[in-house]
Amino acid sequence: MEQVQTMGQATIVKSEKPKSKSLWQHAFESLMRDRYAKISIVIIAVYVAIALLTTLGFLAADWSREVGSSYAPPSLENWLGTDIFGRSVMAKMLKGTEVAISVGFITAMISVVIGVFLGAVSGYFGGKVDEMIVWFYTTVSSIPYIMLLVAITFILGKGLVSVYLALGLTSWVSLCRVIRAEVMRHKDREYVQAAGAIGGGDGRKLFKHIIPNVLHVVIINFSLQFQTAIKSEVILSYLGLGVQGRPSWGTMIDDAKLELARGVWWQLAAASFAMFLIVLAFNILGDSLRDALDPKLKGK
Amino acid sequence: MNIYVYIMRRLLYVIPVLLGVCLLIFVLFNLVSPDPTIMLLGKHANAKQMAELRHELGLDRSYFTQYLDIVKSAFTFDFGRSWSTKQEIIEMIKNGSGPSLTVTFPAFIISTILSLVISLFVAFYRGKWLDKSTVLVCVAMMSVPSLAYILFGQKILAYDFGLFEISGYDHGFPNFIPYVALPCLIWVALSIGPDVRFYRTVILDEVYMDYVRTARSKGLSEKVILFKHVLKNAMIPIITWVVIQIPFLILGALLLESFFGIPGLGGITLNAINSADFPVVRAMTILSAVAYIIFSVITDVLYTLVDPRVRLR
Repeated sequence: MEQVQTMGQATIVKSEKPKSKSLWQHAFESLMRDRYAKISIVIIAVYVAIALLTTLGFLAADWSREVGSSYAPPSLENWLGTDIFGRSVMAKMLKGTEVAISVGFITAMISVVIGVFLGAVSGYFGGKVDEMIVWFYTTVSSIPYIMLLVAITFILGKGLVSVYLALGLTSWVSLCRVIRAEVMRHKDREYVQAAGAIGGGDGRKLFKHIIPNVLHVVIINFSLQFQTAIKSEVILSYLGLGVQGRPSWGTMIDDAKLELARGVWWQLAAASFAMFLIVLAFNILGDSLRDALDPKLKGK
Repeated sequence: MNIYVYIMRRLLYVIPVLLGVCLLIFVLFNLVSPDPTIMLLGKHANAKQMAELRHELGLDRSYFTQYLDIVKSAFTFDFGRSWSTKQEIIEMIKNGSGPSLTVTFPAFIISTILSLVISLFVAFYRGKWLDKSTVLVCVAMMSVPSLAYILFGQKILAYDFGLFEISGYDHGFPNFIPYVALPCLIWVALSIGPDVRFYRTVILDEVYMDYVRTARSKGLSEKVILFKHVLKNAMIPIITWVVIQIPFLILGALLLESFFGIPGLGGITLNAINSADFPVVRAMTILSAVAYIIFSVITDVLYTLVDPRVRLR
């Protein structure tokens, strides 16, 4: 054994026992064993890459260019056909990824920040603060999600920023509830008492010690929120409350409702498929993440 | 605790929540929203016209009175008149709720029973390929955008094959059936994915409990265990899931109704959104919130009937 330090008679010896694996290592390993989860991660990475490339202008930068006649069906030239103005549906679909990924990411971030902060404060401090926050989220969740969403976008006006805000401000409640319950479970544990005993204040105990221990809930929720946001963006755009003046899957589907009767199915099919694949990937990844990160489910 | 005391206490808790909902609606519609007079009169209105309209709509009163109005309307359901059709909103709601329910109610019953049966069935075969592939199908069905179901469903089943009416509605009992059949079918297709997945998880949570092992070791058949023991214990999450969907039935199917031309509440809401009809959107928001609150009380009371332990908490 390696001798580390000698103090008088006693020698402190470094343990040879291998360090036990952390939750994150376990989770990472079990994710890597899961074939579906790996495929999902690859799909999501491809979408993010497409979104980045279109934002930087390397891909589908000329989506508004006319490439053929109006409503040309899919052909070798235009794989996914063209829309009413003769623009390539393929390019619009790729460009739409930008809106979807940004809506998913920003909305999920907003809802995580609000949900974690309110949930943590409420669960940790309890008492009057807790009552206020519980009242607040009960109130927010009493208005059906779709009505609140519509009301907020209706009031903020059209555009991408209102979509971010409306979706972010309406989707934090479930996360807040879970974080509150988890923090309540953790706050009297020994490791938190120990942190208090060596002089850690409330902020340090809460954000340095408790939050990292409930982070798995946040990650699972993030992946769930991401796909809900993508789906909701489509509905908002369909209602005419969403993105304006740039292609998004929602506006493509919105266009399709008039085209379909004329037999123009490719725009709807392209947008639906693009959405289907990433929502499916997030659904599967979310399930795998839950299996990997939630210790309660271990062994099931 | 006595069950009546419990119900009373639960009802008292409704008051702050309802006041909060009204406050939120007030902030959204009366404080933050852009001046509706500009929207109604256009850009070229003069100050006098705007002031007159503000007075007519009651927007020049103090904020507190406006807030009280909203609270009052949550109890009396007197929402005033629509800005675009000038109809009494409560009349619009009364006329719309019938057609909405003819779509949502049968669809809800069918999808709930069907999903429960499927999930009990796959829970029986848990871990086998049947279970795994059902879960995969559910996840795939959930990932298809809802608008794709509606648009392709209408196009293929009604337009191309002519199996159903494309759109429209007829009042009276047997007359509406051909019009609501396809919307119902699409609703079932939309909800079966999440429903089966939820019920399956809930049932599987119970299957690994000690009481199930006991039941099995004393020789009960798997069927008796699932239907008599597991289903009873899984009742709380199932009730929550079922009852909390009911307010949405009243609200109607926002997208389905507009596509199939059903004159229900969903269609009314959608029209109001498109024509910036504030009072109607606000009324629908209040109505759905009140419905949600009422049904969450009912859920809590049902808990105590299903599981007497809840009352003690």
